[in-house]
Amino acid sequence: MTGVLSDAVGGGAAAPPPAVSAQEITKRFGATTALSGVSVAVRPGETHALVGRNGAGKSTLVSVLTGLQRADEGTVSFGGEPAPAPSDRDGWRRRVACVYQRSTIIPTLSVAENLFLNRQTARGPIRWGGLRRRAASLLEEYGVAVNPAAMAGDLNVEQRQLVEIARALSLGTRFIILDEPTARLDATAIERLFVRMRSLSASGVTMLFISHHLREVYEVCDTVTVLRDARWVLTEPVSAVGHSALVAAMTGEAVGLTDVAPRTVPSSAQPALSLRSLTLADAYTGIDLEVRAGEIVGVTGSGSSGKVSLAETVGGLRRADSGTVSVGTSVVGAGVPAALKAGIGLVPEDRHREGLVPLLSVAENATLPIASQLGPAGVVVPRRRTAVASEMVKKYDIRAESPAAPVSSLSGGNAQKVVLARALSTSPAVLVLINPTAGVDVRSKESLLGAVRSAADQGTGVLMVSDELDDLRHCDRVLVMFHGQVTATLPRGWDDAEVVAAVEGVASADEATSNAEEGVAVGGDQGSSAGKGVSSEGAES
Amino acid sequence: MSGTTTAPPVADAPPARRLRGPALARMRDLALVPAIIVLVLVGALIDPVFLSSANIINVLQQQTELSLLVLAEAIILIGGRFDLSLESTVGLAPALAVALVIPAASNGLGTEWSSALAIPICLLVGVLIGAFNGVLILRFGLSAFIVTLGMLIVLRGLQIGITGGQNLFELPSSVLYLGNAQWFGLPASIWICGILFAIGIAVLGWFRHGRAVYAIGGNRDAARAAGIRADRVIFVVFIVGGLLAALAGLLMTGRLGSVASAQGSGMIFTVFAAAVIGGVSMEGGKGTLFGALCGVIVLGLINNILTLAGVSAQWIQAIYGLIILVALMLARVTTGKAQD
Repeated sequence: MTGVLSDAVGGGAAAPPPAVSAQEITKRFGATTALSGVSVAVRPGETHALVGRNGAGKSTLVSVLTGLQRADEGTVSFGGEPAPAPSDRDGWRRRVACVYQRSTIIPTLSVAENLFLNRQTARGPIRWGGLRRRAASLLEEYGVAVNPAAMAGDLNVEQRQLVEIARALSLGTRFIILDEPTARLDATAIERLFVRMRSLSASGVTMLFISHHLREVYEVCDTVTVLRDARWVLTEPVSAVGHSALVAAMTGEAVGLTDVAPRTVPSSAQPALSLRSLTLADAYTGIDLEVRAGEIVGVTGSGSSGKVSLAETVGGLRRADSGTVSVGTSVVGAGVPAALKAGIGLVPEDRHREGLVPLLSVAENATLPIASQLGPAGVVVPRRRTAVASEMVKKYDIRAESPAAPVSSLSGGNAQKVVLARALSTSPAVLVLINPTAGVDVRSKESLLGAVRSAADQGTGVLMVSDELDDLRHCDRVLVMFHGQVTATLPRGWDDAEVVAAVEGVASADEATSNAEEGVAVGGDQGSSAGKGVSSEGAES
Repeated sequence: MSGTTTAPPVADAPPARRLRGPALARMRDLALVPAIIVLVLVGALIDPVFLSSANIINVLQQQTELSLLVLAEAIILIGGRFDLSLESTVGLAPALAVALVIPAASNGLGTEWSSALAIPICLLVGVLIGAFNGVLILRFGLSAFIVTLGMLIVLRGLQIGITGGQNLFELPSSVLYLGNAQWFGLPASIWICGILFAIGIAVLGWFRHGRAVYAIGGNRDAARAAGIRADRVIFVVFIVGGLLAALAGLLMTGRLGSVASAQGSGMIFTVFAAAVIGGVSMEGGKGTLFGALCGVIVLGLINNILTLAGVSAQWIQAIYGLIILVALMLARVTTGKAQD
């Protein structure tokens, strides 16, 4: 690794040609310019991070690099050779593979068939037994513990990504684009992915890694490229660019991301939300929890910890087997209408599926729960709705053309602001958030968390379920769940390693005893990698 | 990450290395077999005539036209699309072919082409209808539901316009042949259906182009990313659908000895019912042709049993519809997944 930028971009005579090189790429969609003269070169074998806020042009660059879209200007080359013709899908597939945020797995077919899709057989009928054996040995070669006969739709996100990576490698592709692979993984799975990325990198695979988590960039990447507003900003070795410099490059201004202003909750505050021995089979058991008015309580844990189910129960999406949820002093019935009526606002996990109606306007989406207040007898007065919505757009810094623009035209961060605006539109006594900043750019993240804080300052009790340490930093205390139980409570002032250790279920000895049997029984297959994960996390922070 | 020490399937080379479909698909395939057995037992108890070979052959032959339509619709549904116009093709294709051949005095068009052309014209009409549907849906990006609903009405109207709303009786012998001939002791139409289903099951189960239909129905973008020419495959699927519908029309015309002006009308609902009962998902990508065939057989047996049991003709339709709903609910319970 020479670490000299000009070698990679300028293509000096001695250096090997870059594995992939995009020169002066410009791409326009109608009036908007998605990429403007962007040049990126990725050297063979390196792991190259591509970061930028939502709308910076990352996705467009990916679709140009994978041949799905043709650049208006500029050229793409692989290993010094010009890229194949746009219609030559096989040619593109041999040179570059992409693990997208949206799955390219066909859920109704088996894993084996997905691996060998459209090349199940050279000629003649498909031999299913042979196909499964080929799939099994391929999965084994890359250490993916997935049954090749399983339906691909039954896989979890992590397994699906691994299958997609194995498929890419089996095509002979040595350049892989990972488009926000960590967005929907929990901490252990992310660590396993990183272990795998390092070993792939050691075997000479070139990767372009897209992420919103700068910590991850520092952990696995050699070089980082920043895009901002459709333009190239910088390409530097990761070791040479500091955290705040990177954030500054992304946002165009110096921002201290991890500095969180301290806040206090008056000790006289009454409980806003209380859970009493809440239990849901296969999710969580005997949860007792109290959130005081104006308090922000964080809940974290691995994907199987039951934290999301807990939050969904409070929000009315799930029904507990036993136990009660109360707001103030009154018990809340089951179902979303009851929860809304009791004053619980919810920002659900998947904003595309549960959060928004994509074709309706920003105004309609934001005012759905308060439609009855916008006019007499069920009539929604458009002018009043627009007025309310405009206020929300201003208050939550929603970047939309107008309140009448469809929500589907917004970037991820702005769509999430609409969800939050809607949850807060009823001025709820309790706000429940599930991974509110997943897949959201740095700037939007700040305004989202700022809105949550100001809601809390006005007396709303906030329950925030999140995997992101940056979110949890805003909380007054953080509860860690492990296999359905709260195993640790961390007051403000924790350090990263503490949280990560508790999440992995390898917390300090006194904590570990209570859930030792579950930990061993369930976590057995993940024990070794989880251990690795924690140690490397610890070393990093 | 070498934690997977459980014996990899590579080691235990199974002695019987026959062609086998995906295990899960086979399980779902057989879901209707118990229902068929129960229906056969019920039928035998109700009337001894039920098990006679004449009755069984009669049931099968009556289902041949429906089963060809179900075959066509199942392939289209698996590819993630829709075709309502099949039932009108059943009428128009043979009507147009016959009208071009017979004299004007018998309600023909007066062209009096050679009667040897009747069958090729009939099948060609089916192909053209399928291709037209495909162009409208794929090239112009129109909704398959609305396009084929429009085609359903247009094609029926064309048939009525061409024939003047009359039934066509004086058919050339070539048109009558397939619906009446006996091959090896069984009606030719049963052979044709059986062979076409066997070909369909083989292509969709064991050949790349057939699997491409599943891939497109399951996730079109992913299929395209894997190098499958999605539009081309679906275009061919629509053409095959039209061709099969025209063939079904030919069989029905031969069996009934005439082309009724309403031939095929209303069949599409039964077609969808059979396909969905047989486990073909309206969402695309799921289901098998064997399952769809089982769905046809179940509906045929129910119909036959109701007739043999002496259910009055006025009530048969209501009961038939009710049983379809019950069958769907049972399928929902046994597969445990919501249908769409």
